[in-house]
Amino acid sequence: MTAARKSALEIATPEGIVFSYELATPVPRALACAVDTVAWLGMAYSGGRIATGAGFLSPDWASFLRVTLYFAISVGYAIVLEWRWSGQTLGKRLFGLRVIDAHGLRLQLAQIVLRNLLRPIDALPLFYLAGGMTVLVSPKGQRLGDLVANTVVARECRREIPDLAEIAPAKYNSLMAWPYLARRLRTLASPEAVHFALLAVSRRGGYQPLARVELFADLAAYFRSLVRFPDAALEGLTDEQFVRSVLRVIFGPEGRI
Amino acid sequence: MILDLARFTAVERPYWEELESVLGKFESDPELRMSLDQVQRLHYLYERCSADLARLDTFSTEPRLRDFLESLVSRAYSQIHETRARLTLRWKALLRAFPCAFRRRAGAFGLAAGITVLGVAFGWFAIRYDPQAKAVLMPFPGLMEPPQQRVAKEESANSDRLKGVKATFSAELMTHNIQVALLALAAGITWGAGTLIVLFYNGVTLGAVAADYLGAGQGVFLAGWLLPHGSLEIPAILIGGQAGLVLAGALIGWNSREPRNARLRAVTHDLFALIGGAAGLLVCAGLVESFVSQYHQPVLPYSLKIAFGVCELAALAAFLTWTGRE
Repeated sequence: MTAARKSALEIATPEGIVFSYELATPVPRALACAVDTVAWLGMAYSGGRIATGAGFLSPDWASFLRVTLYFAISVGYAIVLEWRWSGQTLGKRLFGLRVIDAHGLRLQLAQIVLRNLLRPIDALPLFYLAGGMTVLVSPKGQRLGDLVANTVVARECRREIPDLAEIAPAKYNSLMAWPYLARRLRTLASPEAVHFALLAVSRRGGYQPLARVELFADLAAYFRSLVRFPDAALEGLTDEQFVRSVLRVIFGPEGRI
Repeated sequence: MILDLARFTAVERPYWEELESVLGKFESDPELRMSLDQVQRLHYLYERCSADLARLDTFSTEPRLRDFLESLVSRAYSQIHETRARLTLRWKALLRAFPCAFRRRAGAFGLAAGITVLGVAFGWFAIRYDPQAKAVLMPFPGLMEPPQQRVAKEESANSDRLKGVKATFSAELMTHNIQVALLALAAGITWGAGTLIVLFYNGVTLGAVAADYLGAGQGVFLAGWLLPHGSLEIPAILIGGQAGLVLAGALIGWNSREPRNARLRAVTHDLFALIGGAAGLLVCAGLVESFVSQYHQPVLPYSLKIAFGVCELAALAAFLTWTGRE
């Protein structure tokens, strides 16, 4: 409880693979909780209206239905949704959060039930103060219910396969006329800079023209600073074309050594 | 390692997509069962994608692809490496899980019962030696009047005072009692102190009521009033307390070398079964209290109510003792 708060939960598999989940921070969790509170209150209200509407059959049983529905929804809302939506409620979906097992295993119904039954304790004395304080001090950002159920709330990390075609279609690459310089460029380029260049290429349509020119100029200057290609290789290449050529060198089959 | 990323992606992509589709099916239906062939295929896809991720880890210039594969492998890992028995949502399985968990954690039930008995003794002696404590120990307006007066009123009633509100009354009883059981469980997080307080307080109230009615010579009325629902309600609250004490035991970890996470993981299913069972009992108790317990002689003879309560208690004891035994 006193260890430093982690931003990611790392899981090492028996196959020797390490993967990580980005842990949810308190603010999105609080907002998701607020959305869920509104959602279940709305559902309970609607349920109550429907039960009242059935009062013409028997006012007593309609009242029975209203009381039990309110209770069932207040207790069961998060349990049912987290179970059916693999760790998500309406609020968590909205804010891209998901409850996962603290060891990366499959989330079990018993864990979901326990973490939600502990909510009244987390909510003490008011507005989830006990739970919120525990989230702040526990290393994995767990509230009391999470600690008991061995769960954590992580940011949704489902990603699409990146489209490598956007990097560069197969065209003549003047940089490959000097293969030894291309090899050197591949060796020296930092992963962060390459990732940044990839993002710049994939999002180029979203930039203001002037900003785009400046961005690619900076990137081109960085790559040029790593390896000095002869003027013949760079002739007629704009900064953006140069950055694309660099990415083709790094990713494309022509860059294979 | 030098990697032709475009070719690597083109070759492996169908496997990634196949794994993603299988995982999607799993995640959309938690109760999905797979055939042996499907399980073997899932395992193959998982290992292949893990190997792809390992290859990509040495090629750090493509973080997006690595993130994608990490996400895929993590989802598959959670399905493949889960070794805990899955709790099936079938009535038969749940009905067995509850008594089995109860018996496995019988020590905690004994402690819960012991603490409640201490509370009963405290309430009993408090009322016997300080009758003015009634207002403090029994904060229910219906219990404030002298027992003889209440019994006379109930036995001479010409009309049904619960007419038209019986169902509502039972719903209120159910939800209130389930909340008490849930509180007894949740308070286990305070290393058991909260659970002990809940159990002791319940015992005090029960002891005070018993002392008041028995002292006034109304033992038969008390048994006829409390037994029909109390034979389910009191054990259910004790089982809620049992769950709280099991939770506290896992947190404290006496005589255990396992880490706290492992201890909590080991009791999760039992806690679920215990609290689910207690809630089920309290639903029955709420209905009985509203529809049976509130009707006294001459409408319902005390002997019949007492016999009914004793039968319920015996049936519950038999259920908890014998169901699910191998």
